[in-house]
Amino acid sequence: MKILTLNFLTCARKLCKSSNTAFPLHPKEADLEIVETEINVLFLKNIMGRLMWEELKGVVGELGLPDLPPTPPEPETLVETKLQAPEGDNTGLNIEKAEVPSQIAKDLHRVLLETCVKEGKLVCGNCGHEYAVREGIANFLLPGHLV
Amino acid sequence: MAKSENRGEEYEAEHVHSVYEQIAFHFSSTRYKPWPIVERFLQELPDGSVCVDVGCGNGKYLAVNPRVFIVGSDRSTNLVKIATRHEPHACVVADNLSLPHPPRSFDFAISIAVIHHLSTPSRRIEAVRAVLELLKPPSSAANLSGGKALIYVWALEQKDSRRGWDEGHEQDVMVPWVMKSNEKAKKEKAQKKGKEEDQSLEQEETASSDHPDSKTFLRYYHLYRKGELEHDVGEAGGEVLESGYEKDNWWVIATVKGS
Repeated sequence: MKILTLNFLTCARKLCKSSNTAFPLHPKEADLEIVETEINVLFLKNIMGRLMWEELKGVVGELGLPDLPPTPPEPETLVETKLQAPEGDNTGLNIEKAEVPSQIAKDLHRVLLETCVKEGKLVCGNCGHEYAVREGIANFLLPGHLV
Repeated sequence: MAKSENRGEEYEAEHVHSVYEQIAFHFSSTRYKPWPIVERFLQELPDGSVCVDVGCGNGKYLAVNPRVFIVGSDRSTNLVKIATRHEPHACVVADNLSLPHPPRSFDFAISIAVIHHLSTPSRRIEAVRAVLELLKPPSSAANLSGGKALIYVWALEQKDSRRGWDEGHEQDVMVPWVMKSNEKAKKEKAQKKGKEEDQSLEQEETASSDHPDSKTFLRYYHLYRKGELEHDVGEAGGEVLESGYEKDNWWVIATVKGS
């Protein structure tokens, strides 16, 4: 389960829905892994405005991952212009400007989309219920008495 | 068929959840073609939209539009394992009536062939309510319309389908899923190759259940009669924007009423 997913998860119990402390869930005893995926700058630009930045930054800190920037990066900082030859052209005569993902974009992609919780628990800060993550899949089914 | 007062959570655990968990891989291999109306709904979402797919099954709708972010969920762990393959989306195991998402925060929601598995009228309305609650409410101050949900359920009125149900028939039914041994299934598939896939949403292997190598699972369904889905959406506090019938199914596009 990628770290980005935590931005869209909270406790499944009804009594926690209106509580400020149920979001975000807190990873516990988390075993992390990197699952490499292709970087998509447009996706990052689009998702940036939808993140609960402070909360996500907190979770990233709890996991001991490199800190997120203090505020969400502006979309224009996610790309940089680079002089390079067109793909497959080795003559060195046709240098052109190309937009490539910036280091900021690469770092965000690494933390939010490629870093995954493989095993562990997600704990509600309101009721303390722990949801298991196994083989990268978080399970939010509640025992009968908590529904 | 159990009497309606005996249906509910435990009943669904046995006649819906447990069945999908067991047939997950076979079921998934027959579910790859997106439905036209669902596909269109997903393709038309603005880039960067954030959506939920409640009851995402094997995640076939997660593959339609990579320019949005979809958080899928399903009751079956085995189906979620298959659904997680679709980047850049996410998928978790959850119950439609206890969804683990912050309320009022999504642009769009889809619920495709899910609500008809809940076994009492009040549970079906609760399931619709749970989906609608995830949508952003409309904001008159910012002049923004609220989030939208596309909900799809199996129709009672389908007299031209293989099953032939129609108006006036029993609405609470057990529907067989026949799973053959791998060997036989492969052979049949090879024979059927080249033939266009049946467009029916609920298309199963047609082998008879007395086949020696086959096993039959029965799943509970509530078949929706005309107008019933719109009624449930209204009861759940939603407003129907569009509705229709497509290939043996009723569908609505709904939003949450402004407060």
